[in-house]
Amino acid sequence: MRSIFLSLLLLFLPFVVMAQVTDIYQFNSVEQRQQFQGLMGELRCLVCQNETLLDSSAPLAADLRLIVYNRVLEGESDQVIIDYLTRRYGDFILYNPPMVQKTYFLWFAPILMLCIGFFLLVRLSKPAAQFYG
Amino acid sequence: MIFKHKIVKYIPLAMFLILIIICWRGLSLNPREIPSVLINQAVPEFNLPELAGQDHLTVRDLQGKVTLLNVWATWCEACQEEHPLLLNIADQYHVPIIGVDYKDDPTKARQWLNDYGNPYQRVGLDQQGKVAIDFGVYGTPETFIIDKTGTIRYKQIGIMTQSDWDKTIYPLILRLRKS
Repeated sequence: MRSIFLSLLLLFLPFVVMAQVTDIYQFNSVEQRQQFQGLMGELRCLVCQNETLLDSSAPLAADLRLIVYNRVLEGESDQVIIDYLTRRYGDFILYNPPMVQKTYFLWFAPILMLCIGFFLLVRLSKPAAQFYG
Repeated sequence: MIFKHKIVKYIPLAMFLILIIICWRGLSLNPREIPSVLINQAVPEFNLPELAGQDHLTVRDLQGKVTLLNVWATWCEACQEEHPLLLNIADQYHVPIIGVDYKDDPTKARQWLNDYGNPYQRVGLDQQGKVAIDFGVYGTPETFIIDKTGTIRYKQIGIMTQSDWDKTIYPLILRLRKS
């Protein structure tokens, strides 16, 4: 029983930390807070590249967080804020690459390969079945 | 039917080889070097107080000649490594270098340039780092080549070495000077 409780505690601990960090920022509404949290999850820290802007302790991340925060307070939309950042830092600042012509291959290649692999699996196993069938 | 089977059998191997090639290429790229999206665009507007004197540094100071804009700080060790080359560029190659002192203490900056030499024609103070963000700077040092029309033509990420200068930067400056 205790081990279950302990496991649950450990599981939810990271969420407690996240709540504390975003509590530092005051917003005018729940929507603004959600917008900020949403954006933070989408934006990469360029210095500590595996961390989001929210998690990173790099000074640049702090600066960019503040910029995003102020823009959210001013009521700017997600797209406007993202444009501001990508015009300076490019698409790499986004965790999700944009869906444009040059990234179609990036987005669709995995599923395409999965389909090809599956197709081959079916095709290559058929002759054996016919032999024993 | 059997013939078709023989060819099909090699498709996974072919795909694997293609993947190897793609991974090889991908892993040889340096993720720290994020290409600048400002190449071939006009220098972003800025207005910075200067380190020396009461003037302000603006975009107008980058017009009319090919210049280097170097983002540096006294707390940046890598910038210190680059410093001798910058002095050389200013003295021997006569390329004007404009400095942007990033998130630094002006007093320390003055002292530092006094002690180690000043390669900069002018130095702007970007104490909040806002101008650097407009330039897409994410580390120091970073150096921009700006042409006569005030257009960014190249960005050097990290320390500029003699090799970078000889192979890439100086040739580009010479080409831009001719146009």
